[in-house]
Parts: sequence; structure tokens; C-alpha cells
Amino acid sequence: MQTVKMVVTGPFSAGKTEFIQSVSEIDVVATERKISGADERAVKDATTVAMDFGRITVDEDLVLYLFGTPGQKRFDFMWEILSEGMLGFIVMVDSTRPETFREARSILETFRAYAPTPYVVAANKQDMEDAWELEDMRHALRLDPQVKFLPCVATERETVKEVLLELLYSILAEMETGG
Amino acid sequence: MALRGNLRDFTITQLLNLINLAGKTGTLVVDGPADQAHVAFQSGKLAFARVGQEDNRLATVLHRANKLTVNQYRALVERAGEMTDKELGLLLINAGYVTQEDILTNLQEYFAETVRRLYTWVEGSFRFEADMLPPDDRINVRLDLENLIIEGSRQLHEWEQLQDEIPSLEMALKFTDRPLKNVNLSVEEWRVVSYINPKNTMKQIASANKMNDLEIRRIVYGLLQAGLVDIVRPEGAVVPSSPKMFPTQDRTEQKSLVNKLIGRIRSL
Repeated sequence: MQTVKMVVTGPFSAGKTEFIQSVSEIDVVATERKISGADERAVKDATTVAMDFGRITVDEDLVLYLFGTPGQKRFDFMWEILSEGMLGFIVMVDSTRPETFREARSILETFRAYAPTPYVVAANKQDMEDAWELEDMRHALRLDPQVKFLPCVATERETVKEVLLELLYSILAEMETGG
Repeated sequence: MALRGNLRDFTITQLLNLINLAGKTGTLVVDGPADQAHVAFQSGKLAFARVGQEDNRLATVLHRANKLTVNQYRALVERAGEMTDKELGLLLINAGYVTQEDILTNLQEYFAETVRRLYTWVEGSFRFEADMLPPDDRINVRLDLENLIIEGSRQLHEWEQLQDEIPSLEMALKFTDRPLKNVNLSVEEWRVVSYINPKNTMKQIASANKMNDLEIRRIVYGLLQAGLVDIVRPEGAVVPSSPKMFPTQDRTEQKSLVNKLIGRIRSL
């Protein structure tokens, strides 16, 4: 059995667990714990502390694993371990929480430094009324025009598929240019 | 036993706070990334500071502060080489070159600046030697630590923010399409700009310009904010091979595998 992996990363409460849940054929193996901090608890009740783990079987010989990183900075020691051997990575950003954009940028830079693998950035919660426009977010996140920046609703399978496909197209394109 | 530990667990600001609150007398010895620093305290107040073998004798400090002309400085170095700083200070005051206040103010500023430089040291170890007193032949000051502690806390906050923005100095910089015309850059910024090339890592640029991690991050952050540069992976850098990325090393098989993944995701 051959296995490959992709990593879904991003700040706390960006929607990484939902993203994986939307496409995983197994229930996501989540390592969630009750949140202790009052500020963070105001956003959600439980958070990923080690990793999320989803699976997509391609055929009898090939399986794609999706790993979600813990979003809280105090668990960032897990990031490098999870990034080892990844085909590419997705940075999830909550379009409704501009206060997390700086952290998203920092996570993106950290992962770029770990491995020269392709990546895409997904603007989650684009269905919400207070979601930022993609173009504004691109500026705020200081994303190069060449970086794929995609609208996403992590609970909707179709948009999640689109994000995964765009990452795979980037991986293929890089292989074809000899990168 | 001397108070000792690691800068990763205990910051310089926290150490100053402890020394201040406990009213300690002695010398804090910090082994940083490149140098060793000695910072002496008397009853919880800063008395003296030195980084490495830096010349911090009174004549040099006053000359740098433009209190002594080049000729006066040269003459003092030649003729008063054997004098202690205390003797030299008296001589300068009696000769009317400087006042006592000039000496104390400039030494205080010099020692405070030396301590500020330590705020960027995040790697290294420290020990507090209670029996190592401030040097007897040098002029000691008595500078309250509160302001230095507040400044240090601010810098630490800035440091943390800059580290979030630019987590790795192993990455390189490239110019964006925005032209550098009509941009007012400081001398330090120009020095950094002159080295910008996708082949040079930020660490290399900092080293070429003798800047510490905080200084290079601060400048790069400004250039990033102005949209003048982008962070890129250094050209020609040895890319860590990740044999585990694909279960096969055959390029054709790898492409076929990615195409299979694409097909599978589309069918979901």
C-alpha cells in the first residue's frame, strides 16, 4: 500500500478540522481538548492539540492522508513533524477574523521554510456576511499574485475538493517544470 | 550557588527585574550567540556594562559622545594610557574639558545602550556572580533599572511580533514589481537593499551588514509592508530531499500517482 500526505494548516479556529471532515472517508481522528483560555473559548469550545487525521483511498494501492495541524501557537512544535514528507500544504484562513491574518501569514512563512513544496491558501467562511473580499485578504496577507488564493467553505465538499484539486494541479505543474 | 540559566527560559528583561526587586549586587555574565557580556549591579542599580572586549574606557565613551575632539582623544590615549578612568575623570574635570555631569550622563547612556543590545539575545546562557563586583578602577554609575525594564518589555513585544512576521531568516528576498523610485530609505535600509538578491538569505544579509536578528527583521518588515520585497526560498539552496514525499522515486510514476489523486478527488 502506497501512502502520500497533505497538510492542512492555519490559525486557531480557521476551519481545518471541518475541511478534512468534508472529504475524509473515515471519521476524522481528531485530538481535540476543551479550551482553557477565556479568549479562545469565546471562539470555540474544543481545539486540536496534536493533529487531525483524514483519509481518502484512491485505489487498492494508494491512499491520501490529510493531516490537520493544531492551530494554537503553543503546539507549533508539532508542525515540523507533520510537515515531513508532505506533497503540499493548504493554509486555511478565516475570512471573518482579520485579527488572525498576521498569524496565518506567519504560519505560511514557517511552512515555506520547512519544505519547498507547493501550497495554496484557502479563504474559509466565504459564505458569511462579514467575510472579507478575496482581493482585500490577498493584500492583507501579502500574498504574491502567483499564489493560488481560493474561496472556500470548509463544510461544503465541493469547495474543499476545489482547493485540494488546485493544490494537486500546482504539484503536477511543478513536477512538469522540473521543480 | 550562583543564579544561572538559559535565555530561552529567562529573558534579559526578567533578569533585570529580578535584580532590581532583590536589590542585588554582583555581575550578570551572559554568554550570547557571539559574545560574552558583563553587566555589573550595585544594590539593584546598573553600575557598569561591557560586551566582549569592546573598548568602553572613559576617553573612548566621551570621544564617541563628541565630548572630546579627535586631537584631545589621541593625546589622552597617548599620555594618559596608564591612568585609571577615575584618575582620568578627575583630570578632565580639573582641566575644564568636561563636567562631572557630562561624565556620568555619558557613561550611563553608554551602559544603558549596552544593556539594550542584550535584549536581542534570545539564545545563550547566563549566571549571576554575587562575588564579582563592578571593576574598582572604572567609574561606576547608579542607574535605576525601571526604565530599562519597560523598554526591554516593549522591545520583547516587538521582537515577538517581528518573529511572527518573519519566522525564518534562512529565506531570501526578491524585489517586487514596484519600483524603488521616490522611496525614502534610511542608510541601514539601503545597506540591506543593496544585498537583496534571491541568492542571499536574510541571515547572510544581516551578517554582511553586521546587524543582529532584530535589526534585520525590523528593516525587512518595513520593506515588506511597503510592498517593495517578497520573501522567497533562496535560489540554489540545497533543498532538503524528502524521499518520503512519494513512495516511488520514478518521475513518471510520481506524475501518474498525482493524476490518480486528481481523478479520485474529482470523483468524490
